[in-house]
Amino acid sequence: MAVLVLADHDGSAVTQPTRSAVAAASKLGDVTVLVLGPRTAADSAAKVAGVAKVLHTEDVLYANGLAEPLAALLVAMAPEYSHLLAPASAAGKNVMPRLAALLDVQVISDIADVVDADTFVRPIYAGNALATVKSADPKKVITVRAASFDPAAAEGGSAAVEAAPKGEDPGLSNFLGAEIAKSERPELTAAKVVVSGGRAMGSAENFHIIESVADKLGAAVGASRAAVDAGYAPNDHQVGQTGKIVAPDLYIAVGISGAIQHLAGMKDSKVIVAINKDEEAPIFSVADYGLVGDLFKVMPEFESELAKK
Amino acid sequence: MKLLVPVKRVVDYNVKVRVKADHTGVETANVKMSMNPFDEIAVEEAVRLKEKGAATEIIAVSAGPTACQEQIRTALAMGADRGILIEHDGILEPLAVAKLLKAVIAKESPDLVILGKQAIDDDMNATGQMLAALLGWPQGTYASKVEPADGGIKVTREVDGGLERLQLKLPAIVTTDLRLNEPRYASLPNIMKARKKPIETLKPADLGVDVSPRLTVLKVEEPPKRQAGKKVGSVQELVEKLRNEAKVI
Repeated sequence: MAVLVLADHDGSAVTQPTRSAVAAASKLGDVTVLVLGPRTAADSAAKVAGVAKVLHTEDVLYANGLAEPLAALLVAMAPEYSHLLAPASAAGKNVMPRLAALLDVQVISDIADVVDADTFVRPIYAGNALATVKSADPKKVITVRAASFDPAAAEGGSAAVEAAPKGEDPGLSNFLGAEIAKSERPELTAAKVVVSGGRAMGSAENFHIIESVADKLGAAVGASRAAVDAGYAPNDHQVGQTGKIVAPDLYIAVGISGAIQHLAGMKDSKVIVAINKDEEAPIFSVADYGLVGDLFKVMPEFESELAKK
Repeated sequence: MKLLVPVKRVVDYNVKVRVKADHTGVETANVKMSMNPFDEIAVEEAVRLKEKGAATEIIAVSAGPTACQEQIRTALAMGADRGILIEHDGILEPLAVAKLLKAVIAKESPDLVILGKQAIDDDMNATGQMLAALLGWPQGTYASKVEPADGGIKVTREVDGGLERLQLKLPAIVTTDLRLNEPRYASLPNIMKARKKPIETLKPADLGVDVSPRLTVLKVEEPPKRQAGKKVGSVQELVEKLRNEAKVI
């Protein structure tokens, strides 16, 4: 049966976590992608490998991702689909449980594997355990942990783009505004390299040490919860159980002790580097390469070493 | 404004959980239990709204075994006025909890329900959104700021890439993110006072709610363990390894 994926996009193209959700959805049936936004984003979805159809609307009702009208639209579309998926992004996690409750089904959050049409693997307890769950609900509503699925290729598909149906406006909420940080760096959950700083950074100003190494590597910047709590880094940089889950090719943890909560967000990275002055820090137990030293000495040296080819 | 704050009893934040040998779940016997940290933030926010004069009464609700009384008492010691325990042994999924809360809300008619954004045991991140859906109320999830405004509430939300602000009609649902506030520790006098505050006990059947789980847990396993690698002696060695051994830069 047909499977629907609700896309996230950056204003011009669907995001990499969306393509990971497409990859998960491809295991379940023919994939239709719903794109709410500019036509260019819909066209990018049509090119994603494995996508059979794209439904698209530029209706301003959905321009700001308000959960109430979006869930209402998805409910109206649901009869056509056996599974409705979204990436486990802030947007997907906001709307999919609302959709599930409207359909009287239990949402299956943050899946890390598809076993069969009813059975999924999902991390619990900050990823310290993996639960295999079988859903008895007639329809499945799912969010997908992007780090666990290789994204479907951005090119190779040639799906038709059709108009999405029109939904009701429940009129419960209004969008007032947003402050979204503009960054030239790659998005945290899609980056091949991530450099993260912890509490040992000592101040928000000192985070430039992380940023300048990140820029040398074309990397995204992350932070531990401790660094976010201390106000050294914005919350959307947070890597961990309650922040973002990342699995880059290279993860460099700088001045991060390695609380369970943080490990939950990065332990599936291909190669982990830990730089910490405490040689007993738990981060070293998951690191492929550990360097014991004062980050304020090590990082400038690291940066100049990277500059040498 | 009347506030309702659901609180969940979970394995304490600091406990390193162990998967049971028979792979049916994680070990919860003889393990320290606490209030879900995000729910503490929810209680704190409710108490602050009351202290500011924006709220009149705070009801703390928990669903689960009798021992959930401890978490309700914690909420009462922080400043909630009374408690409701929905007693049930066995698994309660977010959909079932949302249905139970909906039934309690039908009796109590709160204007605002503040929940934690996710419980640190099942990591579902769902109950608030599901409750909002069942009630047909607006939702302000992952809140970092909540202000009563223009007859409704203004919620600042933590989203990917930054913040966004919504205006919600009341009644509404808010779920808390980390930076909303820093929960207080209950003082000893307040802990003593909390013992005298009332807790009503109900059963799912009293509320006419079917709480049968929709998901069957087939097995629970430990994730593959990562092996510790090697220590390198210098930055030069590190860069050399990353270039030539791991080939990631």
